[in-house]
Amino acid sequence: MPATRRRALALIRSFTSPLLPDDYLELINPLWSTRELRGRIERIERETPEAVTIVIKPGWEWPGHRPGQYLRLGIEVDGVHHWRAYSLTSDPRRPDGCITITPKLVAAGKVSPFLFGRVRPGTIVRLGGVEGTFVLPDPPPERLLFISAGSGITPIMSMLRHLADAGPLRDVVHVHCSRTSDGVIFAGELRRLERLHPAYRLHERITSRQRRVSPDQLDELCPDWRERETFLCGPTGLLEAMKQRWALDAEPARLHVEHFQPDAHVGDGERGEGGTVSFCSSGIQAASDGEQPILVAGEQAGADLPFGCRMGICHSCVGRLRSGRVRDLRTGRVHGQPGEMLRTCINAPEGAVELDL
Amino acid sequence: MSATQVDPRATQPFSAQDESPLASLAPEQIEQLGRELDALHDEVFADLGERDSRYIRSTIKLHRHLVLAARALLLGSRRKPLWLAGTASLSLAKILENMEIGHNVMHGQWDWMNDPDINSQSWDWDTASPAEAWRHSHNYEHHTFTNIRGKDRDLGYEIMRIDPHQRWHPVYLFQPLYNLLLMGFFEWGVAVHDLNGDAIRSGEKSKKQVVKELKAIGVKARRQIVKDYIAFPLLSRRGFKATLAANFTANIVRNVWAHSIIFCGHFPDQTYTFSEDEAAEETRGGWYVRQLLGAANIDGRPLFHLLAGNLSFQIEHHLFPDMPSSRYAEIAPRVRDICRRYGLPYNTGPLHRQLGAVHRTILRLAFPGGTPRPKPGPYRPS
Repeated sequence: MPATRRRALALIRSFTSPLLPDDYLELINPLWSTRELRGRIERIERETPEAVTIVIKPGWEWPGHRPGQYLRLGIEVDGVHHWRAYSLTSDPRRPDGCITITPKLVAAGKVSPFLFGRVRPGTIVRLGGVEGTFVLPDPPPERLLFISAGSGITPIMSMLRHLADAGPLRDVVHVHCSRTSDGVIFAGELRRLERLHPAYRLHERITSRQRRVSPDQLDELCPDWRERETFLCGPTGLLEAMKQRWALDAEPARLHVEHFQPDAHVGDGERGEGGTVSFCSSGIQAASDGEQPILVAGEQAGADLPFGCRMGICHSCVGRLRSGRVRDLRTGRVHGQPGEMLRTCINAPEGAVELDL
Repeated sequence: MSATQVDPRATQPFSAQDESPLASLAPEQIEQLGRELDALHDEVFADLGERDSRYIRSTIKLHRHLVLAARALLLGSRRKPLWLAGTASLSLAKILENMEIGHNVMHGQWDWMNDPDINSQSWDWDTASPAEAWRHSHNYEHHTFTNIRGKDRDLGYEIMRIDPHQRWHPVYLFQPLYNLLLMGFFEWGVAVHDLNGDAIRSGEKSKKQVVKELKAIGVKARRQIVKDYIAFPLLSRRGFKATLAANFTANIVRNVWAHSIIFCGHFPDQTYTFSEDEAAEETRGGWYVRQLLGAANIDGRPLFHLLAGNLSFQIEHHLFPDMPSSRYAEIAPRVRDICRRYGLPYNTGPLHRQLGAVHRTILRLAFPGGTPRPKPGPYRPS
């Protein structure tokens, strides 16, 4: 921030302290907050019986995204604020300046049923930042292969829209699997792309009728798959099988994979023995067997802890470490210095731990 | 002077009537009462939702609108009607921000919403007390050791004799006087109180910590002075003095109001205080009973409760400090019913009576002697 702007802001703040100028600006328009990025839900469009597209108008400080990235979205459901990560499905150059996400209904979930049936246009949401390295290179590669399954289509849709917006698609093979034929998200748009762009070849597979796509079908569906930059997104089983094939038979660096984060399980790091956690604010004691992160262990012991994405990206759950060591469940690394801010959702105690939470 | 100087002769009840109703309950009854109150807490928390979120958000919005209106009116502070309306609006805003919003958000009453902004750890208020120090001295010390003589530093705030169990000292002769000062400058009194003079003298609090906390008070002081006594008066140009006077008045009004409501919470004659022995090895149920006996409510209408930050439901607040304040009025009949069934008092009365009792006690106990006032019996629905 330039020094003059900083000084001007400090001056304005001396009128509003301890509040920020934003706290008053947002009375006029909630999107004007500069403290945090917000968006307003404009429309909710039904895609399939199990997926909706949410069209969001972001505030003016929206930094934009690269096709394939995901958004951390903060939304209040029944009075409680939740953070979720969703792939952005829109072309970054959308003329109306809006962005879209296309969540799939998780019936037992908290946020997706709300987005699916109850959310109303006009709702203000928090936009917690754009992340992800699963992105289309710039300039885009000459020859592309997209492999998607189910809601794995979402980051790839942003890429397709982006490519189609720049002109005729050049050489794109797209293999997409869906369980049922009426469950194909963006079915209409994919088929339209196919009609308009001769160089876009779409192979749709309905897995309730046909076999799921597997690595041994690659030669038949796309004989030159080894020469293409491949973007792959879908369930873990599919990802693992394809990764193996590339490792064995092709250049693994040309395969780009997006993992949708698993829900209950945090990371693949080595596990420790676990330990106990003392939450110093509430005085609650919790124990983890080494598999449970501090957050889950605490919640099970009745502690009311801040939480966010539950996968280590949003830093909503941080607490100050007083003593002890923890293990990062994603990497297996044991770490922790007194005074350090820890994410409780991805760290498990390694012995006795005290936290200022 | 310190609340830790308890008269050794006065650790026993003065009379049978002074004896805590806690003694009349069997251990099983206390446990049963604890379970009932736990269940009431869980029932409310299971029901929290959009209605509550809407309530705190609209209260916060109301505060901000009041501030904007006040500051705009005071741009013309040289005109009497604008000065009056602006000062009234600013006083209301400060009261709302201090009591219903600041105190309650910083208690963690709205932490269940998981909202990054309306959160006890990130909230700051427009008073002299830095948030962190206040949370420690109030949320932890006062709410845990409520009305335990020698442990609850909020009993008389270390400078007053408000309980005949406290040993008399000639300095207390001046307490009616300095209580008046404390009334007007209550926020500063609270900020200094949070420093904990006893802990500093005993060396329990390190010098480094004291310096850090003093600096934090300095920052808060500077911000209030810059905002209320320099920035906004300058903005009124020729109305500099009138706006300064308005802002000063609003701070005083807020302080007097906060002092009155808060002193009514524990000091009216009919609340009980406890010796450390009585509170030793206390169970969950026993803790609840102590909170019930040590707090006093004020009767009033919804607007009054809003401006009191719902501390007019001090009893409910002390039973469930982390419960959203807007729920206290709803559970009050259930708490009264529990009092009736267990034969416990439920201390409540109109503002003038409660406040009268506070000041009567401060006057009487400025002088040596004094005995506890007669206590009301078990709660009887009228």
